[in-house]
Amino acid sequence: MEHSNINLNLKVWRQPNSNAAGKFETYKAENISTEMSFLEMFDVVNEKLINNGEDPIAFDHDCREGICGSCSMHINGRAHGPWDGTTTCQLHMRAFKDGETITVEPWRAAAFPVLKDLTVDRSAFDRIQQAGGYISVNTGNAQDGNSLPINKEMADASFDAAMCIGCGACVAACKNSSAMLFTSAKVSQYALLPQGEPERKTRVLNMVAQMDKEGFGACTNTGACEAECPKQISISNIARLNREYLNAQMSL
Amino acid sequence: MAINNRIPAGELAQKWSTYKSTCKLVNPANKRSIDIIVVGTGLAGASAAASLAELGYNVKTFCFQDSARRAHSIAAQGGINAAKNYQNDGDSVFRLFYDTIKGGDYRAREANVHRLAEVSGNIIDQCVAQGVPFAREYGGLLSNRSFGGTQVQRTFYAAGQTGQQLLLGAYSAQMRQVSLGKIVEHNRHEMLDVVTIDGKARGIIARNLVTGEIERHGAHAVLLCTGGYGNVFFLSTNAMGSNVTAAWKAHKKGAMFGNPCFTQIHPTCIPVSGDHQSKLTLMSESLRNDGRIWVPKKQGDNRKATEIPEEERDYYLERRYPAFGNLVPRDVASRAAKERCDAGYGVGNSKMAVYLDYAAAFERYGKTEAIKTGKTNASKEEILKMGKAVVKEKYGNLFEMYAKITGEDPYEVPMRIYPAVHYTMGGLWVDYELMTNVPGLYALGEANFSDHGANRLGASALMQGLADGYFVIPYTIGNYLADEISTPKINTNQAAFEEAEKAVKDRINHFMNVKGTKSVDYFHKKLGLIMWNECGMARNEKGLKQAIADIRALREEFWKDVRVPGTMDSLNPELDKAGRVADFLELGELMCLDALTREESCGGHFREEHQTADGEALRHDDKFMYVSCWENKGNNEWELHKEDLVYDVIHPSQRNYK
Repeated sequence: MEHSNINLNLKVWRQPNSNAAGKFETYKAENISTEMSFLEMFDVVNEKLINNGEDPIAFDHDCREGICGSCSMHINGRAHGPWDGTTTCQLHMRAFKDGETITVEPWRAAAFPVLKDLTVDRSAFDRIQQAGGYISVNTGNAQDGNSLPINKEMADASFDAAMCIGCGACVAACKNSSAMLFTSAKVSQYALLPQGEPERKTRVLNMVAQMDKEGFGACTNTGACEAECPKQISISNIARLNREYLNAQMSL
Repeated sequence: MAINNRIPAGELAQKWSTYKSTCKLVNPANKRSIDIIVVGTGLAGASAAASLAELGYNVKTFCFQDSARRAHSIAAQGGINAAKNYQNDGDSVFRLFYDTIKGGDYRAREANVHRLAEVSGNIIDQCVAQGVPFAREYGGLLSNRSFGGTQVQRTFYAAGQTGQQLLLGAYSAQMRQVSLGKIVEHNRHEMLDVVTIDGKARGIIARNLVTGEIERHGAHAVLLCTGGYGNVFFLSTNAMGSNVTAAWKAHKKGAMFGNPCFTQIHPTCIPVSGDHQSKLTLMSESLRNDGRIWVPKKQGDNRKATEIPEEERDYYLERRYPAFGNLVPRDVASRAAKERCDAGYGVGNSKMAVYLDYAAAFERYGKTEAIKTGKTNASKEEILKMGKAVVKEKYGNLFEMYAKITGEDPYEVPMRIYPAVHYTMGGLWVDYELMTNVPGLYALGEANFSDHGANRLGASALMQGLADGYFVIPYTIGNYLADEISTPKINTNQAAFEEAEKAVKDRINHFMNVKGTKSVDYFHKKLGLIMWNECGMARNEKGLKQAIADIRALREEFWKDVRVPGTMDSLNPELDKAGRVADFLELGELMCLDALTREESCGGHFREEHQTADGEALRHDDKFMYVSCWENKGNNEWELHKEDLVYDVIHPSQRNYK
């Protein structure tokens, strides 16, 4: 693949901790190979900051292959940057032009407080999962895996919802900071499978209640979450959650 | 030190069932007053934490990530093996056991591996019950594919995201126990020491990575489920945060390290593109099911792949290993790729890559689709289009990932791949009960040395992690804890906790006060290069000796000249890294020492001095049929103990995949 080196200006949100005020700082990223990933570009900038005796920019990252859901940068106004269906760690520098200014912010949502710079606290997602994102089956109780045939289309649809990596881009993209795409993906995964049937109603009611309690906003169907989701989780899951919720409430 | 592996007596196939029905039990009322610490929340940790909490124990989990769900098991792609024989192709518990022992080049314990094969089927059942959306056939039953080193289809999968789906299953079970109050989570925490009292593990010292606070946590048993140490090579397919620190602290507190030099170099990874690279990305081994690996027959051929005609291509795996072809085990495939590239047949800009080509698969699947859909007159283009659609369904996410990283479209040009560090078979030495030689301290999953010998077969890591967590530890831990029921809650004001905490604080203070001139990454990259060059795919005496000297010098420089910015009482990723790299700098030396003393080739450990005439690994069973168990003597000195491997059922022979 042809590649070249480019120079960029970065405007990055710096905030020492949850209680302190934050502000944008400007940095130069020089001699950046277009073959680098976006986070490798940040590595270069941080190495320079360390060498200059300055505090490097804190950001969450781990697998760097688009699956752990740690990375969480809001780049030029888009969660995970300009490429559709791509996490920040999989975004590569050929997406940018020489001389460009790139603005990088943390996820903005009341339920995701900033811990430092671009690092936010997403433990609210864990608590939504704890409210009902499971099937109550203890280890050792299972019957043979093939004793329960499952329609392939349903299994595939369940998998499509289960692909959610819990990064929080849906929340960051939403003007209401709603967590409906995240919650609906988990509700859908189980609602589409026979294993999820026994707890189907309590699950959706409890998970939605927890979501509200965490301070996430309401869904107004603008679809920004689907557009920005790095795993392209479908908004049809939200419609399913609404049906599940209504059904559960009416039959209580 | 006498080594007791506690393998139960009796016939191999009966050992585990006999153990289960005779081991000691802890009654439910007593379980409620017993605390267990689980460090790491990947497949092994999450499954263990959930299962133990379900039994009634009080569990505390620790992970350095912001959520338990992000542990690096999440990135496993291809699948999980189980001896279900759903395909009616001759699979059985014995065959899975045999393939795993043979794949590990006869350097694993028979009893452990047989147990692994026995519980493999239960894992699939458990995961299905949890709602893991495995791939299915149109009849609604589970689908299988094949992986390297086997001749049956026993791998269960969820597209190229099997690890993600299995981990989210275990995570959901874990979250359920959190909601029930049986698990208390400590995320963004790093374990920095094990605390032992009267020789038994009684707790840990952990650092809150957000506030910098050093915390003491007591428990009746400590489980390390902290993964492998491939990041000692800097570049690997591991996550950026994957580290050896927990295991290394345990090692320094007396736990022996088993076979540290056994490293898996995975054959199909995206090649290194430049010196900015921070990690390497795996392309699942499942791609070798349908893809064909080749290089040009002519050295230094600079033509584009698509311009090289069929007769000028060398499908070297199919040529050298006709019986297994592209599905030889990982160590064999990796060495064969290295051999071709070293001989000047490599491709791409760096010439350190080989092609993984899907053209034949597109055509084969396309033709099947044409027959299925009755399009008997389909043109070649239509057939290719249909074939690509089938491949997209099977491997779409992998092809997409390749395109994003390289900027090339793998549906149009063959992928370029090269081997990369992926997994470590070595780890903390454990007995049959998964306990280290420190009573009450256990190691599960990749963190232990146990089941894969000198080479791990594909789709076996997920199997082992979940076997250890769901089906082994719930039984074996009771055998120890039954004698601990009268031990009250562990008091963390004891001297041992105080001393351990002080040592941790002193070390952090040291890092902050060196105020040197070079970043942590500078040292990590240098260490990685030494390890890759001298303790990577091929090793020899001279290189290993040089590596040990180089690592010692680098370590000395690190302690004098590392620069850690920021403060110790705030979120400071550079400080976290400094501690991890300091441990890698000690581990690297032990790996080289282990490789130096194992004067044979086996599995992923290839000593250039020991090979057959046609370049295959040459074992010396008469001298090296043992597990190397290294005891830490302090000051970077070690003593080697040997656990002899006894093969009662299988007769070791030279591995043959021809």
